[in-house]
Amino acid sequence: MKKFLIALLFAPVLAFAAGANVPLDKWPGSVSDKAALQNGAKLFVNYCMNCHSASYMRYKNLMDLGLTEQQVKENLMFTSDKIGDLMMVAARHDEQKQWFGAMPPDLTIIARARGWIGNPGGGADWLYTYLRTFYQDNKRPTGWNNVAFEAVGMPHVLWELQGTQVMNPETHKLELAVPGKMSPAEYDKAVSDLVGFMVWMGEPQQEYRKTLGIFVLAFLALLFVVAYALKKEYWKDIH
Amino acid sequence: MTMAGGNFEKYKSDGSLAGNVLEWVDARFPATSMWKGHLSEYYAPKNFNFWYFFGSLALLVLVIQIVTGIFLVMHYKPDASLNAAGVPVAFASVEYIMRDVPGGWLIRYMHSTGASAFFIVVYLHMFRGLIYGSYRKPRELTWLFGVGIFLVLMGEAFFGYLLPWGQMSYWGAQVIVNLFGAIPVVGNDLSILIRGDFVVGDATLNRFFSFHVIAFPLVLIGLVAAHILALHETGSNNPDGIDIKEKKDEKGIPLDGIPFHPYYTVKDIVGVVVFLMAFSAIMFFAPEGGGLFLETPNFYPADPLKTPPHIAPVWYFTPYYSILRAIVWNFFGLDAKFWGVVAMGASVVIFAFLPWLDRSPVRSIRYRGPITKVMITLFVICFLILGYLGTQAPSAMGELVSQICTVFYFGFFLAMPWWSRMDKYKPVPERVTTK
Repeated sequence: MKKFLIALLFAPVLAFAAGANVPLDKWPGSVSDKAALQNGAKLFVNYCMNCHSASYMRYKNLMDLGLTEQQVKENLMFTSDKIGDLMMVAARHDEQKQWFGAMPPDLTIIARARGWIGNPGGGADWLYTYLRTFYQDNKRPTGWNNVAFEAVGMPHVLWELQGTQVMNPETHKLELAVPGKMSPAEYDKAVSDLVGFMVWMGEPQQEYRKTLGIFVLAFLALLFVVAYALKKEYWKDIH
Repeated sequence: MTMAGGNFEKYKSDGSLAGNVLEWVDARFPATSMWKGHLSEYYAPKNFNFWYFFGSLALLVLVIQIVTGIFLVMHYKPDASLNAAGVPVAFASVEYIMRDVPGGWLIRYMHSTGASAFFIVVYLHMFRGLIYGSYRKPRELTWLFGVGIFLVLMGEAFFGYLLPWGQMSYWGAQVIVNLFGAIPVVGNDLSILIRGDFVVGDATLNRFFSFHVIAFPLVLIGLVAAHILALHETGSNNPDGIDIKEKKDEKGIPLDGIPFHPYYTVKDIVGVVVFLMAFSAIMFFAPEGGGLFLETPNFYPADPLKTPPHIAPVWYFTPYYSILRAIVWNFFGLDAKFWGVVAMGASVVIFAFLPWLDRSPVRSIRYRGPITKVMITLFVICFLILGYLGTQAPSAMGELVSQICTVFYFGFFLAMPWWSRMDKYKPVPERVTTK
């Protein structure tokens, strides 16, 4: 009875439905790959930050990717010259609203926001899929549509790199109509790096958090041994 | 018999300086009598089991929430206006805590994990009361204070959830406050009074902040003190549900009682360490709690012009939210929404009536028959199903299942005077049993 009751109370690790409506490709990257994160940061400031801010993030935090202050200033800072500044955009919000129909969202924690119940880290998969499934659609004002984000307001900023994809009306699959500067494999790697940067930026201390967690749990395990021995000692006469 | 409130001899100094100081204090303050009455000579049954850890753990989580909350308030800004990047200041200040405040991420995760941990611990604590009949005479008042704590805790959690000013914070508050609008005649004015505005806005954020950090914590601490004082007046129940005060030794100490300190203090330390391990495992390795403790839509700043496709409260409110959604019929010319609110309120308040609904001749489930065991099991299953459905988008099937569970939920309580009497009972032992 007792075991049953305990099982009953702790069992509800319920199966939650995924939040995404389209099948997502698994993000192949990792937040511990510093070189990939540096490449992702470069792509982010060059392509994304023309419109999107990362306004909770300071440039100096980019030094955590293994860069010197000088390297950050020379390679990653275009709109500011103070290393302690927030990563803002020059574009004006009301103009952006006119151009795209909506203000481009801040991207600092977009990878976290795109997760869902049961898989809060799934935002990486969504971003990885989204940035690779733009296709030409002349019915859209920007000329672009997206498989993961139907009727998206954002144009395909990375089209130069990927080339132009079209939707095959019969197979409903994407086909590369005009090749870009990168091969499909190179493009996938670049997007993976970019997504990696956004995952890292969502919580820059996430690797440290896990490392610290191991030490805390090890300490508590030790404390458990002491606490349990203390309890046993005190309770040895209680029957 | 020396329980709380008993007369204890005043401390006599041994002539040392510390002794003199203590004697001076004890002559002017009930130091000895509080220490003895509540700890070293408070006799608790010796057969407490796993389920008896959650009272002290609830107190621990309360302390965690207050201490982390104090530090969060130093950096958090309850301000709904937009900053230079077009983001609400309140939302940005949470990310500021997560990134720029040294150790801020840890404090914030402790607080967010603590909120869910509080409800886990309190639900398990309430379940303990349910299976061992802890609410039965003479502990009705302890139970009532407990229900009060639960209600205040729900308010505290609701107010606190608005503060990060994310999409789910905003729309969750919007939905819940709008519910008050369903009350006839005064509803509309009442919801405006709560919000301080016609929509959830800066006025709402600031008053919720005030409630969250001052008003409700004060009431909570007062109720916790009353809960413990009432408990120590009657003495604790135990898994056998029998009264240890009936069998005493020549000094008037219960034969099956042991001093709370040191026996249960050292035992509770073990519980605390195990709890902290589970707590840390979540906080350091899965702070989002699978998207249940920190809901992912809340990583978008509040946008009054963009309603999320699916608004779900945090997991600890979802059973009641399901009950609210299960009521889809208009009665007596009043909107179904109103009856949903009534049902939701009743589903929480009904716990207060347990001491008078339960007519079983014995307290503990150990000596109660199959009807009790089946009813409690089904109740827990219904509660979990309602909780699950509350996280899901509405569906026809979900609605039907939640209606069935809602009927059982109320049936469990309202029919208790009958089923609790009908059941078979086993003889209760004279003395507590230990395995």
